Amino acid sequence: MWCPGCGHGIVLNGLIRAVEELGINKNDIVMVSGIGCSSRISGYLDFHTLHTVHGRALAFATGIKMSRPELNLLVPMGDGDALAIGGNHFIHAARRNIDMTAIVMNNRIYGMTGGQYSPLSGHGILATTAPYTNIDHSFDVVKLAAAAGATFVARSTAYHVQQLTDIIKQAITHKGFSVVEILSQCPTYFGRKNKEGSAVDMMERMKDVTTPIGSKAKKENPDLIERGVFVNEDKPEYCSEYNKIIERAMKGN
Amino acid sequence: MNEKKIKFVQGNEACVEAALYAGLNFFAGYPITPSTEIAETLSARLPQTGGKFVQMEDEIASMCAIIGASLTGNKVMTATSGPGFSLMQEALGYAVMAEIPCVIVNVQRGGPSTGNPTHVSQGDVNQARWGTHGDHAIIALTASNHQDIFSITVDAFNMAETYRTPVILLFDEVIGHMRERLVMPEKGELPLVERLKTSVKRGVDYHPYLPREDGRLPMSDFGGVHRYNVTGLFHDMWGFPSSDPAIVHGLLRHLADKIMNNENSIARYKEYFLEDARTVLISYGSSARSALHVVKNRRARGESLGLLELQTLWPFPADIVREKCKNARCVIVVEMNMGQVLQQVKTAVDNPEKVFLANRIDGVLINPTDIRNIMRLIQGKGV
Repeated sequence: MWCPGCGHGIVLNGLIRAVEELGINKNDIVMVSGIGCSSRISGYLDFHTLHTVHGRALAFATGIKMSRPELNLLVPMGDGDALAIGGNHFIHAARRNIDMTAIVMNNRIYGMTGGQYSPLSGHGILATTAPYTNIDHSFDVVKLAAAAGATFVARSTAYHVQQLTDIIKQAITHKGFSVVEILSQCPTYFGRKNKEGSAVDMMERMKDVTTPIGSKAKKENPDLIERGVFVNEDKPEYCSEYNKIIERAMKGN
Repeated sequence: MNEKKIKFVQGNEACVEAALYAGLNFFAGYPITPSTEIAETLSARLPQTGGKFVQMEDEIASMCAIIGASLTGNKVMTATSGPGFSLMQEALGYAVMAEIPCVIVNVQRGGPSTGNPTHVSQGDVNQARWGTHGDHAIIALTASNHQDIFSITVDAFNMAETYRTPVILLFDEVIGHMRERLVMPEKGELPLVERLKTSVKRGVDYHPYLPREDGRLPMSDFGGVHRYNVTGLFHDMWGFPSSDPAIVHGLLRHLADKIMNNENSIARYKEYFLEDARTVLISYGSSARSALHVVKNRRARGESLGLLELQTLWPFPADIVREKCKNARCVIVVEMNMGQVLQQVKTAVDNPEKVFLANRIDGVLINPTDIRNIMRLIQGKGV
């Protein structure tokens, strides 16, 4: 499904390792995905897999999680899927703090349709729908998720595969809405359009443009993108709160 | 003697009572006039029975959430009106494709666009049929009084399970908001269809899209003992995507045939004085109340007038309409749109020239005087 050099396979690898290391039974995992390159990840996995419509994976997942709160919900999405067409569902799932893990596989481009700019492409990049350069500014996924109420927010990259696995483990274990942004490379479209070289070159670049949260390098170069866990807090979780509603309603108060 | 429980309720509340009677245990929705009372009432009632209610961020999300909840084994519903129904269409098509039982209530108001939110219309009949893209079949039901809202809502849940399909309840503002008597059926009085579950045991391969000999597809609760894939793409018996022409053709045929081949068993209708009727009125929903008034009133004066009240709008019960109209000199379709059921009736009957439209499209309930005046015009008598 994925092109040679695509970063999504590395994300898949990290995800499988995370599940393996946590020792979660495959039968206890539901993966809900939307539409796009990223969303085809569900087709490679032997979980309960629901491949839905573009942008709405979190809404489908909400129906499943509320019905079966004991299941682990994993919701991998692309940058366009999660934050353009699905942006509203993203912020509202975060606001509810419903217990699921949203993984934004951010390759800054619509790959499946051939390289159009996404809400995470960023100002000045080239895309098949931005032949004169993109004038849209991009979301900061971490700030957006935190502001919307997500109780676990983290970022890593396809280059930092060990950190990636560790962060996904923390996100799955966290009770509440977890967002993990993973920078992933699309050498086929983003790379070629923007002259970023091969997949290896693009991954080298991920190493160069990112830095651990609060590092000295960040102070010296504010343009560096921070990696790590930004938010990890306790807040009443949606399904647990709804169970309290059921208890009250059944008692008649 | 058992005293039956009698309620004095809105049509929207009658729909809620029936949904709970049918076993509804998950509802997701978004506020919109004139359907909102359904969400409000269920937000209180569902948790009392251990069921779940969620107010989503929009109608798109509501439709998606009920699909997810249905897959896990719940009986599910959402309720909306025109603009929200428009937003639901893509996910509704997903439910058609993935064969997920669900009930969608559209309490119709005037359209297009924001239209006439607090006023009546029956303008979404064709949208119910063809709102989502691609060839498909759909079931849409309606009713003209609260007792019938109750039984047709139970029917909707039963058909959703029987045919593994979304079922649309196409009510209208007058029926939704009007208050009248509802005699609550006893438990067991109306038959309920429960989900057909697979007999395949844990650890044995389960094919989610492999039909039994009778064409039905037993389900396994998603997230339960069997792991499988569900997609909105054309898919094989495993639920995995396929663009193999034979599989695409076979699945599309299956989706249409499972409903179209059962048109007559899905058909619900009521008839009044049709045996010797020379003029047949065909109506549904709140306009059928006015049509029935006209029929009873003119019968008393010796006119051979009858009413065929449709409760199943899709698949359109063409055989029944043709049969009931075969001796009529004149057929008049009474509805509150520009002739959406009229076109179906014209296609169904042997002689389309004898079919006329009596309608209102101004947000006001068509009343018996309107129908009588239009009938006089059709008969060449003037108003």
